[in-house]
Amino acid sequence: MEYKDYYTILGVASDATQDQIKQAYRKAARKHHPDVSKDAEAEAKFKDIGEAYEVLKDPEKRAAYDQFGANWQEGQPFEPPPNWNAGFEFRGAGAAGTDAGGFSDFFESLFGHGQTGRQQAHAFRMKGEDHHAKIVIPLADAYRGSRQTITLTRPVVDREGRVSANPHSLHVTIPKGIVEGQRIRLEGQGLPGYGDSPPGDLYLEIAFQEDRLFHAEQRDIHLTLPITPWEAALGAAITVPTLDGQVQVRIPEGSQGGKKLRLKGKGLCSAHHQGDQIVTLQIVVPEPTTEEQRQLYRTMREQMPFDPRAGLER
Amino acid sequence: MSEHHITIQGIILNEETRCSLADLCSLCGVNTEAIHEMIDEGLITPEGFSVQEWRFTAVAVKRVQKAVRLQRDLRINLPGCALALDLLDELEELRRLARHR
Repeated sequence: MEYKDYYTILGVASDATQDQIKQAYRKAARKHHPDVSKDAEAEAKFKDIGEAYEVLKDPEKRAAYDQFGANWQEGQPFEPPPNWNAGFEFRGAGAAGTDAGGFSDFFESLFGHGQTGRQQAHAFRMKGEDHHAKIVIPLADAYRGSRQTITLTRPVVDREGRVSANPHSLHVTIPKGIVEGQRIRLEGQGLPGYGDSPPGDLYLEIAFQEDRLFHAEQRDIHLTLPITPWEAALGAAITVPTLDGQVQVRIPEGSQGGKKLRLKGKGLCSAHHQGDQIVTLQIVVPEPTTEEQRQLYRTMREQMPFDPRAGLER
Repeated sequence: MSEHHITIQGIILNEETRCSLADLCSLCGVNTEAIHEMIDEGLITPEGFSVQEWRFTAVAVKRVQKAVRLQRDLRINLPGCALALDLLDELEELRRLARHR
């Protein structure tokens, strides 16, 4: 078990006033709330902040914690000395709750199972909390559907009421055509219930891995396709990558850069919804490297009267 | 430490998902009164005319769950939640646009 420096976690000095602690907690909670923060560690940070505040807001617990003082540092291996809490009155109150919310082992070794205001407010029979996790999948898996194995650690309570972390592997079916931000609900795979109540649910939110070629907007897959000026001007048949493999695409004669071509059904399609692939043309101008090549450009300048800035006059 | 292997097929919350008022309450762990308040606040809008016909989308489920957590964890009141959710949606959209610029 590792020592947790609650003062560092909240970013306050060890002689901070109760008001300063409260303010630091509220500020940090807003910043790191998992629904607000994009940080992958937000959930863990938010928990740490809540745990730190749970101890430091209560003068009794804070005094007990302060005994360890400056000799300890965040992350250092830690065992509480025997009878370390003699003379403090908080011990014992927490034993009834299962605290599926999951305070750290460090917290529980000192203060027993957590009793946050949230849990106290509810009766002892109560459905377990829902658990939310994000899974990041390649676009190809969303296109075709796949099976993913995810590993979650969740607290399990044994017969004596001891809480231990239990790694749990779940094989989850990702359906074809799932879209970023959509969720899969796994009933009963959340945190254990209180009393004989059922466990909560697990929600897996889908996110896509960054892809070198494609990006998804809802069901549509976007690709930028570089082409030559002559392919744009004269038209061409070009091989284009899609999530379904290579396809032949006809570039119409006289295409301009930025033109979008729609490949129907090559996006993320589910049973009832179709997605397309949107190909945006990008004209790449070759740099002339020989005298003959420069001459070609000069010939174009002389033989193709063209003013692309005609619309800029005011 | 034992490791369990379970294969499960979850329920997909997508564009086709619709749930009743009772489903929404049980999914989000709130009572109907709380849902009525959220509808009054414009935080979610049901489809259908009468309460019996009300149907809620997967987006509504997500918004209610987020609102419940924001209320509980950050003590934000309902108008504040509605504002926060709208701003978070907007932020998400702007981030998405910025990523592909």
